[in-house]
Amino acid sequence: MKLIGLTCLLLISAWAQNVGPLEQAPAKFANKKNPMQGNESASRAGAKLYARECAACHGSEGEGGEKAPPLKRAEVFQAPPGTLFWVLENGSLNRGMPSFAHLPEPQRWQIITYLQSQKPADHATGK
Amino acid sequence: MEEPGNLELATKSITGRPADGPRFLGATTELEYGVKGWWTTEFYLDGQATFGDSTLFTGYRWENRFRLLPREHWINPVLYVEFENINGADKGLLEVVGHDGQEDLIVPNADARLEKQREIEAKLILSSYVKGWTVAENFISEKNIRHEPFEFGYSVGVSRPLALTARADRCNVCPENFQAGIELYGGLGTHADFGVRDTSHYIAPTVAWTLASGTSFKISPGFGLTGASAGFLLRFGVSYEIAQFGRAARSMFHR
Ligand code: HEC
Repeated sequence: MKLIGLTCLLLISAWAQNVGPLEQAPAKFANKKNPMQGNESASRAGAKLYARECAACHGSEGEGGEKAPPLKRAEVFQAPPGTLFWVLENGSLNRGMPSFAHLPEPQRWQIITYLQSQKPADHATGK
Repeated sequence: MEEPGNLELATKSITGRPADGPRFLGATTELEYGVKGWWTTEFYLDGQATFGDSTLFTGYRWENRFRLLPREHWINPVLYVEFENINGADKGLLEVVGHDGQEDLIVPNADARLEKQREIEAKLILSSYVKGWTVAENFISEKNIRHEPFEFGYSVGVSRPLALTARADRCNVCPENFQAGIELYGGLGTHADFGVRDTSHYIAPTVAWTLASGTSFKISPGFGLTGASAGFLLRFGVSYEIAQFGRAARSMFHR
Protein backbone atom coordinates (compact mmCIF):
# COMPACT_ATOMS: atom_id res chain seq x y z
CA MET A 1 0.00 0.00 0.00
CA LYS A 2 2.79 2.38 1.01
CA LEU A 3 4.57 1.61 -2.22
CA ILE A 4 1.49 2.52 -4.27
CA GLY A 5 1.15 5.80 -2.36
CA LEU A 6 4.77 6.63 -2.98
CA THR A 7 4.53 5.80 -6.69
CA CYS A 8 1.46 8.04 -7.04
CA LEU A 9 3.26 10.86 -5.30
CA LEU A 10 6.27 10.48 -7.57
CA LEU A 11 4.03 10.41 -10.63
CA ILE A 12 2.11 13.50 -9.54
CA SER A 13 5.27 15.42 -8.80
CA ALA A 14 6.70 14.47 -12.20
CA TRP A 15 3.50 15.72 -13.89
CA ALA A 16 3.36 18.93 -11.93
CA GLN A 17 6.91 20.14 -12.65
CA ASN A 18 6.82 23.76 -13.51
CA VAL A 19 10.09 24.26 -15.36
CA GLY A 20 10.88 23.89 -19.05
CA PRO A 21 12.13 20.56 -20.34
CA LEU A 22 15.72 21.77 -20.83
CA GLU A 23 16.05 22.29 -17.07
CA GLN A 24 14.43 18.96 -16.32
CA ALA A 25 16.94 16.82 -18.21
CA PRO A 26 18.99 14.71 -15.78
CA ALA A 27 22.59 15.92 -15.58
CA LYS A 28 24.06 12.66 -16.87
CA PHE A 29 22.52 13.29 -20.31
CA ALA A 30 24.66 16.39 -20.73
CA ASN A 31 27.66 14.09 -21.27
CA LYS A 32 26.08 12.22 -24.14
CA LYS A 33 27.95 13.17 -27.34
CA ASN A 34 26.29 13.95 -30.64
CA PRO A 35 27.93 11.51 -33.08
CA MET A 36 27.05 13.85 -35.98
CA GLN A 37 28.10 17.15 -34.43
CA GLY A 38 28.95 19.72 -37.11
CA ASN A 39 28.32 17.29 -39.96
CA GLU A 40 26.93 19.33 -42.84
CA SER A 41 24.83 16.67 -44.52
CA ALA A 42 23.42 15.55 -41.15
CA SER A 43 22.37 19.14 -40.60
CA ARG A 44 20.59 19.29 -43.99
CA ALA A 45 18.80 16.01 -43.24
CA GLY A 46 17.96 17.49 -39.83
CA ALA A 47 16.45 20.57 -41.49
CA LYS A 48 14.21 18.30 -43.54
CA LEU A 49 13.13 16.36 -40.48
CA TYR A 50 12.61 19.60 -38.55
CA ALA A 51 10.24 20.87 -41.25
CA ARG A 52 8.22 17.68 -41.01
CA GLU A 53 8.24 17.05 -37.26
CA CYS A 54 8.70 20.36 -35.47
CA ALA A 55 7.91 23.38 -37.66
CA ALA A 56 4.12 23.23 -37.18
CA CYS A 57 4.62 24.12 -33.50
CA HIS A 58 8.01 25.85 -33.30
CA GLY A 59 7.78 27.79 -36.58
CA SER A 60 9.52 27.03 -39.88
CA GLU A 61 12.57 29.06 -38.82
CA GLY A 62 12.43 28.13 -35.14
CA GLU A 63 10.89 31.50 -34.38
CA GLY A 64 8.32 29.93 -32.04
CA GLY A 65 4.59 29.55 -32.42
CA GLU A 66 1.31 30.15 -30.65
CA LYS A 67 1.89 27.39 -28.17
CA ALA A 68 5.58 26.50 -28.45
CA PRO A 69 8.68 28.51 -27.50
CA PRO A 70 11.21 29.71 -30.10
CA LEU A 71 14.16 27.36 -30.60
CA LYS A 72 16.50 29.92 -32.15
CA ARG A 73 17.68 30.95 -28.73
CA ALA A 74 21.02 30.86 -27.00
CA GLU A 75 19.68 28.33 -24.43
CA VAL A 76 18.97 25.84 -27.20
CA PHE A 77 22.03 26.68 -29.28
CA GLN A 78 24.36 26.27 -26.30
CA ALA A 79 22.59 23.39 -24.61
CA PRO A 80 24.61 20.20 -24.37
CA PRO A 81 23.43 18.03 -27.30
CA GLY A 82 22.66 15.23 -24.85
CA THR A 83 20.20 17.49 -23.03
CA LEU A 84 18.34 18.17 -26.29
CA PHE A 85 18.41 14.45 -26.95
CA TRP A 86 16.67 13.90 -23.63
CA VAL A 87 14.07 16.57 -24.46
CA LEU A 88 13.28 14.88 -27.79
CA GLU A 89 13.08 11.49 -26.12
CA ASN A 90 10.72 12.54 -23.33
CA GLY A 91 8.97 15.67 -24.56
CA SER A 92 7.00 17.61 -21.99
CA LEU A 93 3.71 15.81 -22.33
CA ASN A 94 1.58 17.82 -19.96
CA ARG A 95 2.78 21.10 -21.48
CA GLY A 96 2.31 20.25 -25.13
CA MET A 97 5.68 18.99 -26.33
CA PRO A 98 5.32 15.42 -27.65
CA SER A 99 7.87 12.66 -27.24
CA PHE A 100 9.92 11.80 -30.33
CA ALA A 101 11.19 8.50 -29.01
CA HIS A 102 9.57 6.86 -32.05
CA LEU A 103 12.12 8.54 -34.33
CA PRO A 104 15.25 6.41 -34.68
CA GLU A 105 18.15 7.82 -32.63
CA PRO A 106 20.24 8.85 -35.67
CA GLN A 107 17.33 10.99 -36.92
CA ARG A 108 17.05 12.69 -33.53
CA TRP A 109 20.77 13.50 -33.71
CA GLN A 110 20.29 14.87 -37.22
CA ILE A 111 17.62 17.25 -35.91
CA ILE A 112 19.85 18.33 -33.03
CA THR A 113 22.75 18.90 -35.43
CA TYR A 114 20.49 21.16 -37.47
CA LEU A 115 19.17 23.06 -34.42
CA GLN A 116 22.68 23.75 -33.19
CA SER A 117 24.02 24.77 -36.58
CA GLN A 118 21.59 27.72 -36.57
CA LYS A 119 23.24 30.58 -34.70
CA PRO A 120 20.66 32.36 -32.53
CA ALA A 121 21.92 35.66 -33.96
CA ASP A 122 20.77 34.57 -37.46
CA HIS A 123 17.26 35.13 -36.27
CA ALA A 124 17.88 38.60 -34.91
CA THR A 125 19.51 39.71 -38.18
CA GLY A 126 16.52 38.37 -40.09
CA LYS A 127 18.53 35.81 -42.03
CA MET B 1 0.04 8.72 -29.85
CA GLU B 2 -1.04 11.66 -31.98
CA GLU B 3 0.83 14.92 -31.35
CA PRO B 4 -1.29 17.53 -29.58
CA GLY B 5 -3.24 19.61 -32.11
CA ASN B 6 -2.66 17.19 -35.02
CA LEU B 7 -5.51 15.56 -36.88
CA GLU B 8 -5.05 12.34 -38.80
CA LEU B 9 -7.53 11.15 -41.40
CA ALA B 10 -7.23 7.50 -42.29
CA THR B 11 -8.98 4.66 -43.97
CA LYS B 12 -8.33 1.08 -43.04
CA SER B 13 -9.67 -1.67 -45.23
CA ILE B 14 -9.56 -5.41 -45.13
CA THR B 15 -10.56 -8.05 -47.61
CA GLY B 16 -10.76 -11.80 -47.30
CA ARG B 17 -12.73 -14.82 -48.34
CA PRO B 18 -13.81 -17.27 -45.62
CA ALA B 19 -13.73 -20.94 -46.62
CA ASP B 20 -17.50 -21.32 -47.07
CA GLY B 21 -18.50 -17.80 -47.93
CA PRO B 22 -18.16 -14.94 -50.34
CA ARG B 23 -15.39 -12.36 -50.39
CA PHE B 24 -15.94 -9.27 -48.25
CA LEU B 25 -14.46 -5.82 -47.97
CA GLY B 26 -14.51 -4.15 -44.57
CA ALA B 27 -13.75 -0.44 -44.44
CA THR B 28 -13.10 1.87 -41.54
CA THR B 29 -12.77 5.63 -41.74
CA GLU B 30 -10.86 7.12 -38.89
CA LEU B 31 -10.36 10.58 -37.41
CA GLU B 32 -7.63 10.82 -34.83
CA TYR B 33 -6.88 13.94 -32.82
CA GLY B 34 -4.13 14.70 -30.32
CA VAL B 35 -5.82 16.45 -27.40
CA LYS B 36 -2.78 16.45 -25.12
CA GLY B 37 0.66 14.91 -25.28
CA TRP B 38 -0.72 12.07 -23.16
CA TRP B 39 -4.25 11.84 -24.60
CA THR B 40 -5.40 10.94 -28.13
CA THR B 41 -9.03 10.61 -29.11
CA GLU B 42 -10.24 8.70 -32.15
CA PHE B 43 -13.54 8.28 -33.95
CA TYR B 44 -14.25 5.48 -36.42
CA LEU B 45 -17.05 4.81 -38.86
CA ASP B 46 -17.34 1.23 -40.07
CA GLY B 47 -18.94 -0.29 -43.14
CA GLN B 48 -18.63 -3.40 -45.22
CA ALA B 49 -19.56 -4.92 -48.55
CA THR B 50 -20.05 -8.64 -49.09
CA PHE B 51 -20.03 -9.89 -52.66
CA GLY B 52 -23.38 -11.29 -53.74
CA ASP B 53 -24.94 -9.91 -50.55
CA SER B 54 -25.11 -6.22 -49.61
CA THR B 55 -23.16 -3.12 -48.67
CA LEU B 56 -23.96 -1.55 -45.32
CA PHE B 57 -22.90 0.82 -42.59
CA THR B 58 -22.15 -1.20 -39.49
CA GLY B 59 -21.58 1.35 -36.75
CA TYR B 60 -19.10 3.59 -35.01
CA ARG B 61 -16.39 3.41 -32.40
CA TRP B 62 -14.96 6.03 -30.12
CA GLU B 63 -11.59 5.41 -28.63
CA ASN B 64 -9.41 7.25 -26.14
CA ARG B 65 -5.78 6.49 -25.55
CA PHE B 66 -3.90 7.53 -22.47
CA ARG B 67 -0.22 7.41 -22.00
CA LEU B 68 0.28 6.30 -18.42
CA LEU B 69 3.77 7.56 -17.68
CA PRO B 70 4.96 11.10 -18.33
CA ARG B 71 8.51 10.03 -19.21
CA GLU B 72 9.96 7.66 -21.74
CA HIS B 73 10.91 4.31 -20.26
CA TRP B 74 12.20 1.01 -21.47
CA ILE B 75 8.58 -0.09 -21.74
CA ASN B 76 5.85 2.50 -22.22
CA PRO B 77 2.30 1.60 -21.27
CA VAL B 78 -0.64 3.14 -23.10
CA LEU B 79 -4.21 2.43 -22.05
CA TYR B 80 -6.91 2.31 -24.75
CA VAL B 81 -10.54 2.56 -23.82
CA GLU B 82 -13.00 2.15 -26.64
CA PHE B 83 -16.77 2.29 -26.84
CA GLU B 84 -18.18 0.42 -29.83
CA ASN B 85 -21.69 0.60 -31.14
CA ILE B 86 -21.58 -1.73 -34.09
CA ASN B 87 -23.69 -4.58 -35.33
CA GLY B 88 -22.82 -8.21 -35.93
CA ALA B 89 -22.21 -7.60 -39.63
CA ASP B 90 -19.13 -5.49 -38.89
CA LYS B 91 -16.13 -6.86 -40.77
CA GLY B 92 -13.57 -4.20 -39.96
CA LEU B 93 -11.62 -6.82 -38.01
CA LEU B 94 -9.55 -4.15 -36.30
CA GLU B 95 -8.68 -6.77 -33.75
CA VAL B 96 -9.43 -10.40 -33.06
CA VAL B 97 -10.82 -11.37 -29.65
CA GLY B 98 -12.49 -14.31 -27.93
CA HIS B 99 -13.46 -17.01 -30.39
CA ASP B 100 -13.78 -14.71 -33.40
CA GLY B 101 -13.28 -16.84 -36.47
CA GLN B 102 -14.15 -17.29 -40.09
CA GLU B 103 -17.62 -18.63 -39.22
CA ASP B 104 -18.60 -15.12 -38.10
CA LEU B 105 -17.76 -13.92 -41.58
CA ILE B 106 -20.23 -16.13 -43.46
CA VAL B 107 -23.45 -15.11 -41.70
CA PRO B 108 -25.63 -13.25 -44.26
CA ASN B 109 -25.68 -9.49 -43.66
CA ALA B 110 -29.45 -9.38 -43.13
CA ASP B 111 -29.10 -11.73 -40.14
CA ALA B 112 -25.78 -10.53 -38.80
CA ARG B 113 -26.86 -6.88 -38.67
CA LEU B 114 -29.60 -7.71 -36.16
CA GLU B 115 -27.04 -8.49 -33.51
CA LYS B 116 -26.18 -5.36 -31.52
CA GLN B 117 -22.66 -5.13 -30.23
CA ARG B 118 -22.47 -2.35 -27.69
CA GLU B 119 -19.12 -3.04 -26.21
CA ILE B 120 -16.51 -1.52 -24.03
CA GLU B 121 -13.05 -2.53 -24.95
CA ALA B 122 -9.87 -1.92 -23.02
CA LYS B 123 -6.40 -2.51 -24.32
CA LEU B 124 -3.07 -2.21 -22.68
CA ILE B 125 -0.29 -1.53 -25.13
CA LEU B 126 3.31 -1.83 -24.10
CA SER B 127 5.75 -0.38 -26.55
CA SER B 128 9.51 -0.11 -26.61
CA TYR B 129 11.98 1.42 -29.02
CA VAL B 130 15.20 -0.53 -29.27
CA LYS B 131 17.91 0.43 -31.76
CA GLY B 132 15.45 1.62 -34.37
CA TRP B 133 13.02 -1.24 -33.79
CA THR B 134 9.55 -0.58 -32.48
CA VAL B 135 8.27 -3.45 -30.37
CA ALA B 136 4.61 -3.41 -29.33
CA GLU B 137 2.68 -5.89 -27.25
CA ASN B 138 -0.98 -5.50 -26.89
CA PHE B 139 -3.43 -7.17 -24.56
CA ILE B 140 -7.12 -6.70 -25.34
CA SER B 141 -10.22 -7.30 -23.26
CA GLU B 142 -13.69 -6.66 -24.54
CA LYS B 143 -17.07 -6.74 -22.81
CA ASN B 144 -20.52 -6.41 -24.27
CA ILE B 145 -22.36 -3.93 -22.06
CA ARG B 146 -25.45 -6.03 -21.58
CA HIS B 147 -24.45 -9.65 -21.69
CA GLU B 148 -21.85 -12.16 -22.76
CA PRO B 149 -18.52 -12.80 -21.17
CA PHE B 150 -15.29 -10.88 -21.20
CA GLU B 151 -13.38 -11.71 -24.37
CA PHE B 152 -9.64 -11.49 -24.72
CA GLY B 153 -7.12 -11.07 -27.49
CA TYR B 154 -3.52 -10.10 -28.11
CA SER B 155 -1.19 -8.76 -30.71
CA VAL B 156 2.58 -8.49 -30.80
CA GLY B 157 4.56 -6.77 -33.48
CA VAL B 158 7.99 -5.50 -34.40
CA SER B 159 8.86 -3.03 -37.12
CA ARG B 160 11.74 -0.91 -38.29
CA PRO B 161 12.44 1.71 -40.95
CA LEU B 162 14.70 0.44 -43.74
CA ALA B 163 17.21 3.16 -42.88
CA LEU B 164 17.72 4.81 -39.51
CA THR B 165 19.31 8.01 -40.80
CA ALA B 166 17.40 10.40 -43.04
CA ARG B 167 18.71 11.49 -46.41
CA ALA B 168 19.49 15.17 -46.84
CA ASP B 169 17.22 15.70 -49.84
CA ARG B 170 13.43 15.67 -49.87
CA CYS B 171 12.51 12.26 -51.21
CA ASN B 172 9.63 9.88 -51.55
CA VAL B 173 11.37 6.68 -52.51
CA CYS B 174 14.14 6.57 -49.94
CA PRO B 175 14.70 3.76 -47.44
CA GLU B 176 13.95 5.88 -44.35
CA ASN B 177 10.36 6.30 -45.60
CA PHE B 178 9.66 2.57 -45.62
CA GLN B 179 8.82 0.70 -42.48
CA ALA B 180 8.80 -3.09 -42.51
CA GLY B 181 7.65 -5.40 -39.79
CA ILE B 182 5.74 -8.44 -38.73
CA GLU B 183 2.75 -8.88 -36.49
CA LEU B 184 1.13 -11.81 -34.74
CA TYR B 185 -2.42 -11.43 -33.44
CA GLY B 186 -5.32 -13.54 -32.32
CA GLY B 187 -8.03 -14.39 -29.84
CA LEU B 188 -7.56 -15.76 -26.34
CA GLY B 189 -11.04 -17.03 -25.56
CA THR B 190 -13.25 -15.70 -22.79
CA HIS B 191 -12.99 -15.51 -19.01
CA ALA B 192 -14.82 -18.84 -18.82
CA ASP B 193 -12.43 -20.62 -21.18
CA PHE B 194 -9.32 -18.55 -21.44
CA GLY B 195 -6.77 -19.96 -23.86
CA VAL B 196 -6.12 -20.65 -27.51
CA ARG B 197 -8.54 -23.54 -28.08
CA ASP B 198 -10.87 -22.80 -31.05
CA THR B 199 -9.44 -19.35 -31.55
CA SER B 200 -8.02 -17.73 -34.63
CA HIS B 201 -4.49 -16.44 -35.04
CA TYR B 202 -2.73 -14.67 -37.84
CA ILE B 203 0.80 -13.86 -38.81
CA ALA B 204 1.11 -10.75 -40.92
CA PRO B 205 4.11 -9.03 -42.48
CA THR B 206 3.52 -5.28 -42.82
CA VAL B 207 5.00 -2.61 -45.04
CA ALA B 208 4.32 1.09 -44.67
CA TRP B 209 5.44 3.88 -46.96
CA THR B 210 5.28 7.54 -45.97
CA LEU B 211 5.58 10.21 -48.65
CA ALA B 212 7.36 13.50 -48.04
CA SER B 213 3.93 15.17 -47.99
CA GLY B 214 2.89 13.13 -44.94
CA THR B 215 0.56 10.74 -46.75
CA SER B 216 1.19 7.21 -45.68
CA PHE B 217 0.25 3.84 -47.20
CA LYS B 218 0.21 0.55 -45.41
CA ILE B 219 -0.34 -2.99 -46.58
CA SER B 220 -0.34 -6.19 -44.60
CA PRO B 221 -1.21 -9.69 -45.84
CA GLY B 222 -2.28 -11.90 -42.92
CA PHE B 223 -2.05 -15.68 -42.95
CA GLY B 224 -4.39 -17.73 -40.78
CA LEU B 225 -2.58 -20.15 -38.48
CA THR B 226 -5.43 -22.23 -37.06
CA GLY B 227 -8.54 -23.98 -38.39
CA ALA B 228 -10.80 -21.28 -36.99
CA SER B 229 -8.88 -18.50 -38.80
CA ALA B 230 -9.69 -17.26 -42.27
CA GLY B 231 -6.96 -18.52 -44.62
CA PHE B 232 -5.86 -15.14 -45.88
CA LEU B 233 -6.73 -11.55 -45.00
CA LEU B 234 -5.36 -8.52 -46.75
CA ARG B 235 -5.31 -5.26 -44.83
CA PHE B 236 -4.48 -1.97 -46.50
CA GLY B 237 -4.86 1.66 -45.58
CA VAL B 238 -4.02 5.27 -46.32
CA SER B 239 -3.56 8.04 -43.80
CA TYR B 240 -2.99 11.73 -44.02
CA GLU B 241 -1.86 13.97 -41.23
CA ILE B 242 -2.79 17.64 -40.79
CA ALA B 243 -0.29 19.19 -38.40
CA GLN B 244 -1.78 21.71 -35.97
CA PHE B 245 -5.26 21.28 -37.36
CA GLY B 246 -6.88 24.15 -35.40
CA ARG B 247 -4.42 26.68 -36.73
CA ALA B 248 -4.55 25.27 -40.26
CA ALA B 249 -8.36 25.53 -40.22
CA ARG B 250 -8.33 29.08 -38.87
CA SER B 251 -5.86 30.32 -41.45
CA MET B 252 -8.05 28.77 -44.15
CA PHE B 253 -11.04 30.88 -43.06
CA HIS B 254 -9.15 34.09 -42.35
CA ARG B 255 -7.44 34.48 -45.64
C1 HEC C 1 2.74 19.73 -30.83
C2 HEC C 1 3.62 20.85 -30.76
C3 HEC C 1 5.13 20.59 -30.71
C4 HEC C 1 5.88 19.86 -31.61
C5 HEC C 1 5.41 19.10 -32.84
C6 HEC C 1 7.25 19.99 -31.16
N1 HEC C 1 7.32 20.73 -30.02
FE1 HEC C 1 9.00 21.21 -28.98
N2 HEC C 1 7.89 22.12 -27.58
C7 HEC C 1 6.52 22.31 -27.62
C8 HEC C 1 6.09 22.99 -26.40
C9 HEC C 1 4.67 23.36 -26.05
C10 HEC C 1 7.24 23.21 -25.63
C11 HEC C 1 7.33 23.85 -24.24
C12 HEC C 1 7.28 22.74 -23.22
C13 HEC C 1 7.48 23.19 -21.80
O1 HEC C 1 7.75 24.36 -21.57
O2 HEC C 1 7.40 22.32 -20.91
C14 HEC C 1 8.35 22.67 -26.41
C15 HEC C 1 9.68 22.69 -25.97
C16 HEC C 1 10.77 22.29 -26.73
C17 HEC C 1 12.14 22.43 -26.35
C18 HEC C 1 12.64 23.07 -25.05
C19 HEC C 1 12.75 24.52 -25.27
C20 HEC C 1 13.02 25.29 -24.02
O3 HEC C 1 13.38 26.45 -24.16
O4 HEC C 1 12.85 24.76 -22.92
C21 HEC C 1 12.91 21.94 -27.37
C22 HEC C 1 14.42 21.89 -27.45
C23 HEC C 1 11.99 21.49 -28.39
N3 HEC C 1 10.70 21.70 -27.97
C24 HEC C 1 12.38 20.90 -29.58
C25 HEC C 1 11.49 20.35 -30.50
C26 HEC C 1 11.91 19.63 -31.67
C27 HEC C 1 13.36 19.46 -32.13
C28 HEC C 1 10.79 19.19 -32.27
C29 HEC C 1 10.67 18.31 -33.52
C30 HEC C 1 11.37 17.04 -33.46
C31 HEC C 1 9.65 19.65 -31.49
N4 HEC C 1 10.13 20.34 -30.42
C32 HEC C 1 8.33 19.41 -31.81
C33 HEC C 1 5.67 21.90 -28.63
C34 HEC C 1 6.04 21.12 -29.71
